[in-house]
Amino acid sequence: MTKPVAHTPAPRPNTDLTSHYRMMLRIRTFEERVGELFVRGQSAGSMLHLSIGEESAAAGVCAAMVEGDTFTTHHRGHGIFLARGADPNRMMAEIGGKEAGYCHGKGGSMHIADMGLGHLGANAIVGGGIPAVVGAGLAARHHGSGKISAAFFGDGATGQGILYESMNMAALWSLPCLFVCINNQYGMGTRIDQATANPEIHERARAFGLVGERVDGLDVEAVSEAADRLVAGVRQGKPAFLMIDCYRFYGHARKDKSPYRDPAEEEQGRQKDPVAFARAALLERGLATEAELTALETEVGAEMDATIDFTIAQKEPPLSTMFRDVYAPEEPEPEPVRTRIDRVLARD
Amino acid sequence: MALQELTYRDALRQALIDAMRENPDVVIMGEEVGRYGGAYAVTKDLIKEFGGERVIDTPISEPAIIGAAVGAAMAGLRPVAELMYVDFIGMTMDQLGNQAAKIRYMFGGQIGVPMVLRTQGGTGRSAGAQHSQSLEAYVMHTPGLRLAMPATVADAYHLLRQALTKPDPVVFIEHKALYTMKETVDLDAPALPWGTSAVRREGKDLVIVTYSRQLHYALEAAKKLAAQGIEATVIDLRTLNPLDFDPIREAVSRIGRAMVVSEGVMTAGVAAELSARITEECFDYLEDPVVRVAGEDIPISVSTALETGSVPGAQLIYETGLKMLGKVPA
Ligand SMILES: Cc1ncc(C[n+]2csc(CCOP(=O)(O)OP(=O)(O)O)c2C)c(N)n1
Ligand SMILES: [Mg+2]
Repeated sequence: MTKPVAHTPAPRPNTDLTSHYRMMLRIRTFEERVGELFVRGQSAGSMLHLSIGEESAAAGVCAAMVEGDTFTTHHRGHGIFLARGADPNRMMAEIGGKEAGYCHGKGGSMHIADMGLGHLGANAIVGGGIPAVVGAGLAARHHGSGKISAAFFGDGATGQGILYESMNMAALWSLPCLFVCINNQYGMGTRIDQATANPEIHERARAFGLVGERVDGLDVEAVSEAADRLVAGVRQGKPAFLMIDCYRFYGHARKDKSPYRDPAEEEQGRQKDPVAFARAALLERGLATEAELTALETEVGAEMDATIDFTIAQKEPPLSTMFRDVYAPEEPEPEPVRTRIDRVLARD
Repeated sequence: MALQELTYRDALRQALIDAMRENPDVVIMGEEVGRYGGAYAVTKDLIKEFGGERVIDTPISEPAIIGAAVGAAMAGLRPVAELMYVDFIGMTMDQLGNQAAKIRYMFGGQIGVPMVLRTQGGTGRSAGAQHSQSLEAYVMHTPGLRLAMPATVADAYHLLRQALTKPDPVVFIEHKALYTMKETVDLDAPALPWGTSAVRREGKDLVIVTYSRQLHYALEAAKKLAAQGIEATVIDLRTLNPLDFDPIREAVSRIGRAMVVSEGVMTAGVAAELSARITEECFDYLEDPVVRVAGEDIPISVSTALETGSVPGAQLIYETGLKMLGKVPA
């Protein structure tokens, strides 16, 4: 890992429902704009995975983390990164493959990262980001930093052996690692019960010696409470696994219309809406008025609208940047094919 | 059967259907191959005709998918294991490279592993560094594995049918940018034999050796070169193992100039191997060094500008052809 660069401070831990609602709303609105960018043909990448329906996992778990904690995400990680303090403009620009993005347009939605915010990287390989948190946990313990490292992944990643190898090491070495399984019921077209005979995945974690829990993602406060509790243990070297049940509201990727899902099931699944649930709770408990919530929604809408304008105004990375960052900046860049051809064919 | 217009995807699908109808031991296994119909829709609706016992949806467990195919092949099935992206081949490399490839040899010829690993690779969808690679060199570098990479609709069909008759493991790499390519073909017409390359165009000035999607760029470049008075011979390898070198040797010895085109990265890639062989075997006839036109030695970006800039295309092949013949590109 390169040295952390200057960064905007991560949000402070806050288990207040109002702030959870705000974060979940920002995530949902951001994701809706990602879809719009794609429809407008302004997004690089055929592969855009929206986390609509899973906002509670990002908001609830990330609120238990502090500045200096590190994490990795799967390919559906926009919400998690936002909840760790990402700048939505730079995120959107990266998703659009623009130079102003977090990774200068090289990574895109599935490979976004920011060392300043502790984001060790999103991953397009299912399970690919999980073992890095074992390493980050080792480093945290080695340096006595008191920081934790969290891996976020989908239910589909429970088919990957690397998850079990990683959990085993984390438990064996008592590392400050948190494994967060966002169970949105599907890996592409495969429902979790079509991929495993025992979907009680948190029980597997227990078998390895981790603390294993399962929580309903409808209720962000429940997620937040579980995360706070588990993270407190993780910081003491008691690695944990948290499975959060939710529903993938839309297709696997932008173009997928989920023909393999029963419309009645989808209808029911979308009832499990953590954003609407939190909104209703705020009103019911008198924590906010309808007018206040409408104002908040307008504010967040404007914030996220601006990300589209920002992204459209940005440039594609120039071709000259293509050879940059294959190796460290002080090392020579690879020789371009064209240069090589000219050299080989040079006649005197 | 008569001539019909088919896509590359249709042809692959038809090959699977015909093979499954003919041989009840042919089974498909992989992620999303059944209910979802394949990430690139090659196995669409196959589960309806053949059922979930023969079109097997697996968990996301690549090493076990390939490893199970190895065992199934040893035990008498004819598995087609699908790896959704060739980029995931690294995860399976133990099962593929240490098991499938070596079993016949290690066990003194007692048993082979007649399986097909179908996968797809290449750029063209802005899919980023982990979903856009051309990793055929990994396979070509592993003795014991056969390797087919069809560039045409007819080859998509015939090479897959033939792969399913081979006694040894075949890695079959499709190109994601070719799935929607259409050609008018007669699938009942005699097929080119397995393990032969094809001369797709004849010309006296330059030999271009290529395979998979780059064949189409090479043919496009050859047309533009012809307009400049340069006639190129274009050879499509079709299978990289077995490698049909005779036609290449013959053409290069006659013509004296060779360019090798591959989408995979240049260093230690397929183009490097071909270039070395041509240099070794045709040295006395060469007027120029063999020129490699290949992918840049860098990862693929999600930015479309950088993505297209990272791999060869018709323009680069055309310009290189001009330079080889001592002309300066305009
Ligand atoms: C190693 C690997 N295998 C397969 C894929 C293709 N793939 C991408 S996402 C996905 C489903 C993942 O499901 P899950 O982990 O539940 O995450 P979700 O998409 O539901 O958020 C699959 C099979 C991949 N990217 N990497
Ligand atoms: Mg899932």
